[in-house]
Amino acid sequence: MTSTPVAARPRVRTARTRGSAAQRDRAVGYLMVAPQVLGTVAFVIVPLVTVAWYSLHEWNVLAGTFVFSGADNYERMLADPGLRDSLVASLWFSVGLVVLNVTLALLLAVLLDQKLPGTTTFRTFFFSPVVVSLVAWTIVWGFLLQDDGGINGFLASVGVEGPNWLRSGPTAMLAVIVVQVFKNVGLNMILFLAALQSVPEEVQEAARIDGAGAWRRFRSITLPLISPTVLLVSILTVVGSLEVFAQIDVLTGGGPGNSTTVLVYYLYQQAFRFNEFGYASAISVLLFVIVLALTLIQWRTRKRWVHDEV
Amino acid sequence: MHTIRHRGLAAGIATAAVLGLAACGSSDPQAAGEPEAPGEPVPLTMTVWTADEAQLALFQSIADAYVAEHPELVSEVTFEAIPFDDYTTSLTTRLAGGNAPDLAWILESYAPEFVQSGALVDVGPVLEGTDGYAYDDLLESSLALWQQDGGLFAYPFSNSPFALFVNTDQVEAAGQPSPAELVGSGEWTYDAARDIAAAAAEESGKQGLVVRDFDYKVWENLSTIWDGWDAAPWSADGATCTFTDPAMVDAMTWIHDATFDDGAMPGPGTTADFFAGDAALTITQISRASSLDDSFAWDVVPLPAGPEGRQNVIGQAGIGVFAQGEHPDVAADFLAWFTNPENAEQLAAYFPPPRESLLTAEVLGAANPLLSEDQLQAVVVDGITDAVTKPAHPSFAKLQDTVRAGLDPLWTADADVEAVLADVCTSIDPVLAGS
Repeated sequence: MTSTPVAARPRVRTARTRGSAAQRDRAVGYLMVAPQVLGTVAFVIVPLVTVAWYSLHEWNVLAGTFVFSGADNYERMLADPGLRDSLVASLWFSVGLVVLNVTLALLLAVLLDQKLPGTTTFRTFFFSPVVVSLVAWTIVWGFLLQDDGGINGFLASVGVEGPNWLRSGPTAMLAVIVVQVFKNVGLNMILFLAALQSVPEEVQEAARIDGAGAWRRFRSITLPLISPTVLLVSILTVVGSLEVFAQIDVLTGGGPGNSTTVLVYYLYQQAFRFNEFGYASAISVLLFVIVLALTLIQWRTRKRWVHDEV
Repeated sequence: MHTIRHRGLAAGIATAAVLGLAACGSSDPQAAGEPEAPGEPVPLTMTVWTADEAQLALFQSIADAYVAEHPELVSEVTFEAIPFDDYTTSLTTRLAGGNAPDLAWILESYAPEFVQSGALVDVGPVLEGTDGYAYDDLLESSLALWQQDGGLFAYPFSNSPFALFVNTDQVEAAGQPSPAELVGSGEWTYDAARDIAAAAAEESGKQGLVVRDFDYKVWENLSTIWDGWDAAPWSADGATCTFTDPAMVDAMTWIHDATFDDGAMPGPGTTADFFAGDAALTITQISRASSLDDSFAWDVVPLPAGPEGRQNVIGQAGIGVFAQGEHPDVAADFLAWFTNPENAEQLAAYFPPPRESLLTAEVLGAANPLLSEDQLQAVVVDGITDAVTKPAHPSFAKLQDTVRAGLDPLWTADADVEAVLADVCTSIDPVLAGS
């Protein structure tokens, strides 16, 4: 019996030790996530709530007025033809960008996945625009796309009269899309390349032995196996396409007419050119809802087309 | 996690409330008063759009003299240069952030917007009440844009006339008459300038007449031409679109045809810098003369006459004191120093002042060695007399973008000028009606 208290003490100590260890673990855990959580709170949640609050106000910076206006800004959005035009422009831009970017990135990745001399050089070549300053990249393209610029100069040298790229609606939109595709296609290419290289060689070989041709192997083996990457690239490209601003500002300023005034550029005009911060905040909320909805739709439908989710 | 989310929301709402309160303010105009000596001297900030080192050095020397004279009021004055292209946007963004400068340069097109908003204080009483300021020397016509209800909400420190610069090498090579001679003989018209430009462009393979900085975006710069037709984009009260008035249709048809029929003006998407020798003629402000060197022979002449005669046009810039600033009274007192007769004479080296006594070829000539006294008399002194400014409106930013978009269809060879201008009016009518 005398040994009982002695035996009990270590048990008590163990429980206390476990308790304090668990507390310590929790503290360390909180400490570890603190930077991320604080960052998210400060730079995502606070601005989000603040913008939603502003969107319920009539706020003119110059006049110094900040008046609660309820849902007025949202009602105004419904009747605003400029907003409608900017949504259409955004739709064209996003569709063009996603289709061109994903297709070209996949094509380049497949071509550069071959074990041929020079592929590393080409990979570097296509990736290098990703690390170039966006504004510098766009300014250079602005010079090339001028009526008397490099592209039309080249076309003239082969006997073709090029259009005035940035001065007609369809070609201006095409130009902005192409500039953006060339800027970022390298990043998507690298993502696809990594996915392609993770496709097991034996599966390909089995299909080859079964008599599957190159196209059949790509469609039935490669594409299903890299579909998680296709999902990732699609989401990134769609979300990125809705955030385009610098290229529009530098290349076209939203013109000709309003043909390249995409949603973010329209938002910028309302806030920083027309000083209508309340209305611009309401447009920001709309943009947030659109991005969230598109991401959710892609995420929800992934089970239908993503075969091998990692 | 729930706790953190709730705290995040609480922090967000708190921040929004604080920012919202910061955003609140009075829109009633205030008048700057006699500065009371603050507890300790305060720093002042003035935003400017020039990055010219010589100009900034001159401002700083004038400011340093003020600090030396009034050490109890001001500890230092800082001049913050913001690039011209984003100037007004950057300024309003600062205001939105509750970080207004004490003083700021303001571009004339935005003058009504700033003056009517209540963002600026009335500096008139301080300027008038400052010993030795000689307020009556200020040209009444130069103050008009900055006045409201008897108050003066900015001082028009720069009154730079638009003029036409000539690359005489290119004009002579094309066998064309010299614009200076045409001025002398009273035949200096836009049609004459168009003929010279078209011939020079054909001869040199370069460009003819460039309206500087227009670039098919800054359409208000075309007012230097259409003022010769007595045309304007909207009525004097800013409520009615006048793009469809016959005078404007004629003026815009002239510009369209000079571009697409004669090749006298560069088309959209073509860049041409007169000062780099890319064009024979350019319309720009006289202050650009400092960009000239000896790489080609040049001259500067007044703007040509249109069918309604010659109209002088100036580009104005004002200096205003923000009500939102921490020490508007001190800032207004500094403004009175910065623009007093002695300092205005120094500033005249770069910015033609609104003072009648300083607008002489002798005073301006001392500061502008590149220009002869005859040129200064004809272009600057006479150019400021009865001059109009470029279009301005309380909703100018909105109108600028809307008209720019509306005019884009005009810039094709087969455009229907009248129909495009009618569409422009349709698109800006709601903006004009709402102002």
